[in-house]
Amino acid sequence: MSHDDELHTRGYDHRLMRRLLGFLRPYRGQVWFAVAIVMADAAVGLVGPYLTKEAIDNGIRHHDPAHLDLVAIAYVSMLLIGFGLGYLHTQVMQRVGQSVMHDLRRSLFDHLQRLPVAFFDKNPIGRLMTRVTSDVDTLNELFSAGMVSAVGDAFTVVGVIIAMVNLNAELLLVAFSVLPLIVIVTLVFRAKVRRSFREVRTRLARLNAFFNENISGVGTVQLLNREPHNAAEFRRLNASHRDANLTSVFYYALFFPALDLVGATAVSLIVWYGGRQVMWTGITLGTLVAFIQYTQRFFRPISDLSEKYNTLQQAMASSERIFGLLDTPEDATYTPGVQTPVGPAPGSIEFDHVSFAYQEDHRVIDDVSFSVGAGERVALVGATGSGKSTLISLLLRFYEPQHGEIRVDGIPLKDWDARALRRRIGLVLQDVFLFSGTIASNVSLGDPAITRATIERAATDVHADDFIRALPGGYDAPVMERGSTLSAGQRQLLSFARALARDPGLLVLDEATSAVDTHTEQHIQAALHRLMGNRTSLVIAHRLSTILDVDRIVVLHRGRVRETGTHAELLALGGLYARLYELTALGGSAASRARSASTDDEESSQTPISQIVDTRMNLA
Amino acid sequence: MRAMHSRLLPYLARYRGGLAVGGVCIALARVVALAQPKVLELAVDDLYRGVTAEKLGRYALILFGISVVAGTFSYFMRQTVIAKSRHIEFDLRNDLFEHLLKLPLGTFQTRSTGDLMSRATTDLAAVRMMVGPGFMYLINTIVGVVVSIGFMLAISPRLTLYATLPLPFVSLTVWVFGGRIHRRFEQIQARFAAISSRVQENLAGVRVVRAFAREESELAAFETLNQDYVRQNLALIKSSAMFHPLLALLSGLAAMLGLYLGGREVLSGHITLGQFVAFTAYLGMLNFPVYALGWVINLFQRGMASFGRIVEILDLDPGITSPPDALAPESCRGELEFRELTFTYPGSATPALRGVSFRVPAGSTVALVGRTGSGMSTLLSLLPRVFDPPPQTVFLDGHDVREYDLAWLRTNIAFATQEHVLFSETVANNIAYGSPEAPREAIEHAAVLAQLDDEVRRFPKGYDTLVGERGITLSGGQRQRACIARALILDSRVMLFDNCLSSVDTQTEAGILSALHAHTRSRTTLIVSHRVSSVREADLILVLEDGGIAERGHHDELVALGGRYARLARAQQLEDEIEAS
Repeated sequence: MSHDDELHTRGYDHRLMRRLLGFLRPYRGQVWFAVAIVMADAAVGLVGPYLTKEAIDNGIRHHDPAHLDLVAIAYVSMLLIGFGLGYLHTQVMQRVGQSVMHDLRRSLFDHLQRLPVAFFDKNPIGRLMTRVTSDVDTLNELFSAGMVSAVGDAFTVVGVIIAMVNLNAELLLVAFSVLPLIVIVTLVFRAKVRRSFREVRTRLARLNAFFNENISGVGTVQLLNREPHNAAEFRRLNASHRDANLTSVFYYALFFPALDLVGATAVSLIVWYGGRQVMWTGITLGTLVAFIQYTQRFFRPISDLSEKYNTLQQAMASSERIFGLLDTPEDATYTPGVQTPVGPAPGSIEFDHVSFAYQEDHRVIDDVSFSVGAGERVALVGATGSGKSTLISLLLRFYEPQHGEIRVDGIPLKDWDARALRRRIGLVLQDVFLFSGTIASNVSLGDPAITRATIERAATDVHADDFIRALPGGYDAPVMERGSTLSAGQRQLLSFARALARDPGLLVLDEATSAVDTHTEQHIQAALHRLMGNRTSLVIAHRLSTILDVDRIVVLHRGRVRETGTHAELLALGGLYARLYELTALGGSAASRARSASTDDEESSQTPISQIVDTRMNLA
Repeated sequence: MRAMHSRLLPYLARYRGGLAVGGVCIALARVVALAQPKVLELAVDDLYRGVTAEKLGRYALILFGISVVAGTFSYFMRQTVIAKSRHIEFDLRNDLFEHLLKLPLGTFQTRSTGDLMSRATTDLAAVRMMVGPGFMYLINTIVGVVVSIGFMLAISPRLTLYATLPLPFVSLTVWVFGGRIHRRFEQIQARFAAISSRVQENLAGVRVVRAFAREESELAAFETLNQDYVRQNLALIKSSAMFHPLLALLSGLAAMLGLYLGGREVLSGHITLGQFVAFTAYLGMLNFPVYALGWVINLFQRGMASFGRIVEILDLDPGITSPPDALAPESCRGELEFRELTFTYPGSATPALRGVSFRVPAGSTVALVGRTGSGMSTLLSLLPRVFDPPPQTVFLDGHDVREYDLAWLRTNIAFATQEHVLFSETVANNIAYGSPEAPREAIEHAAVLAQLDDEVRRFPKGYDTLVGERGITLSGGQRQRACIARALILDSRVMLFDNCLSSVDTQTEAGILSALHAHTRSRTTLIVSHRVSSVREADLILVLEDGGIAERGHHDELVALGGRYARLARAQQLEDEIEAS
């Protein structure tokens, strides 16, 4: 977790609060209902001590059993009403809180789906996840418990004071003489404890980070004989965490008796002062008892209110981050403009003097022009880093070129709705990204137009049917995270089926370099052939058979088109292609080596999954 | 369960003195506090019999005094019992950590870091809650209940019987609802994790999602989880919304019964008004102990289950250890031999190495090349016993590596692994990770050899720059070279380099190689590489395939052979040409 994600508190911000309250608007009826209940609940809570006074003074002291019965009935009714109101209030507010959080998560996730791809290059996944998960959860307290209960607390405090004034204003002053003490003890304690908790959290985080690091790097620790040294270091961190805890234990040990002592002081004062009044001015015993009970009911809501202020501060910090993400502008490429027929008719692709740089000064694509006519097959060939995958990213409109134009079916990309464009293109990537779900859902990718029959037909056509049926559950076999249970070859076939099921007019294919056994290789060859059919295809080719099979080969080097022609022509040329071809024939250890190097250079804050996808799409 | 108890005892026994004192303090604090209603009783009764202001003042003082004494005991109760629970947590956490460091790498490959972390955090916290607050409230509850009920019985047995009727239901409610809420809560945590991993997957696959225009269905899938999460929470709310109002109802009922039945007893003259006040006070003081009882039961259940999960780790067999009478000679020559070595990873069906035999005379360099997965890394990792080779297959200076003291073995074999693990420490401390006593000059010298020195000096704080989350992020190449420096500084007789130049460019590689050459001339070196340039000068090159040796010889011999090595050499020559064009 990075530093800005740590829970820090923030002062009250009117603008943020208004925006947060906006999320409550759909549920305002329920909120007002809850407020009403909470106030009624607080009022009912005030009746108990009064009934006690009634029982003692009018029932017991006046020897009136009928009155005692009446009080008992009233008491039970009060308890039942209080029970009902308490239950209802918690239910309603928790429901509202859950609904609001649901809405917030949905808005955030929906918004994330509409952000431009470049946004994700700059923002680590971990941080974005925190927005959708932890930050939203921080608001739970505020919505479900905080706001409405605060109203109840304030109402209780006022109600208790009124009730006590009505009983005996003088006694109220005696009881409240300890109030400043309580406030001081509580405030001092909270301040101390908050500081020591912060200390505990920091040290615990350090301790756990050390623990985690040692587990992940246990091999290195052992090889370098660091066990004794690290154990000593761990003891030190552990002791520092323990000592921070002991400090807060000390505060607690002091606080609870201190609070009891102040409470006892109040009771002692009431006994002493109230007792004298009973003797001389006729204040009743019932009043005395009711008074002590009211005093006890007074202090809890006050300490609750101070706790709620903390909740509010944390909620402010979280909501600021949440709104920060929601305010990020959406991807401008979603322009539901032209309605192009999405169908199997072979399309065309033109790159027209296209240049592109991820960072301003470094051109990854430099004045590239070539075209793929309807029904043509063109191969892109080049060493790692020549710009092949970037071209595909541009074609899919993940990024906008700085110069030049790309046209699909003769229409410039900027006139396409990005989603319509992507539906037109069937994409097969080298490293197949599998979603957790089933085999079938990984072929259909949630497209309701793709029926089970289509899925099975596509799978059969690419020779994936056999292995799928052999899986426990067949097409409904679960796919775990990243499809780790499937072999590389199986994943390849699955991604072919994925593309074929869409029956796209254009096929863009990044061939896998991973070694598979001969049997699978034959399947893949046949499936590839079937997949390309007479579709317009743009292939980043690694297989000899594919290279020999295409109409034209475009050789890219350092972002520029260096050679173009058929296999025979280029071979005769004896240039870059001739060497690349020989390298491919040798089995090209180059690709795998360069890949392992580039993944190492990825930002360490990113997850392994993103590394794979990023290197695939980004760092061609 | 019984076995678990006996495992917990040693941890408690260390603090038996403190815990015993604490237990006494708990009991005394409770007993003294329970004298308060008795004083109230006397005061009220005196009030109606006629009393002097002086006497009232004395009662008030006694009440205050009781609170001071009870408060003192309660202070020492927390300072002993709760404090000791922190010490017990400390000990248990140390034991857990030290034991984990003894476990072989293989153990960690079958368990996720998250699982181990949760035992060190959540489970440890549950155990501490049991031995601290659990123990404290248990005694508190027992003493509180026994003494209160004693006083109440003295006032009126019949009244006690009726008025306390609702109280067992309080304990029951806490126990049942507390347990249910906890279980629900764990389910909710699981759903929360599901949402997290869904978001993670979506964000990691953002380009695939876009490429296949899958946004809508992703949102739908997320919505399913989102709503499911809300449903689970609502189910929890059903229990939790009932919990506190139900407790208030039950203890309210008890108070009402005390008031009503007690009032009738006063009316009928069975008890005095003072006794009545005291009785209701005792009844009020019973509330917390009966509530705590239900809570304590849950604490103990959770605590023992968690302790079981911790013990499960403590019981794992370290497996790879120094044998009795381990060898630890004065010096190491560095002669290696592999004899008919066949090795299969635990849990795997196919061997990673098959019948590998070769000798490495002290001071010579042997290079291993081959495809990824051919067994080179495995071969290296068997020397310092990262995994244990079969007996009598891997030898150092004529003895089976398994006969040496483990620390001695690992000191004399420096291993730069394929994974460049660095720690959240300074650059200097990372380089000196295996020799914490090394002087700064040695660290800098190692960095110079690894061609890292120039770059480190350009870092904000040079060698004192922090690495990792709280510091700077090193590039893959820098990490690799830091790991090489870390191995070089050990000055061991045997050096193992596992493909550790893959992320550096050709020029840096050449620099490192020539520096290494001078450094390793007198040392036995095994080097795994995919680059011909790194292995060309080796005394012997072995080409591994499927765990066996496919070709062996010098560079020139192997090129002349025209086999796998020759193809590799040609491929790299082509790459260099393409790179240059």
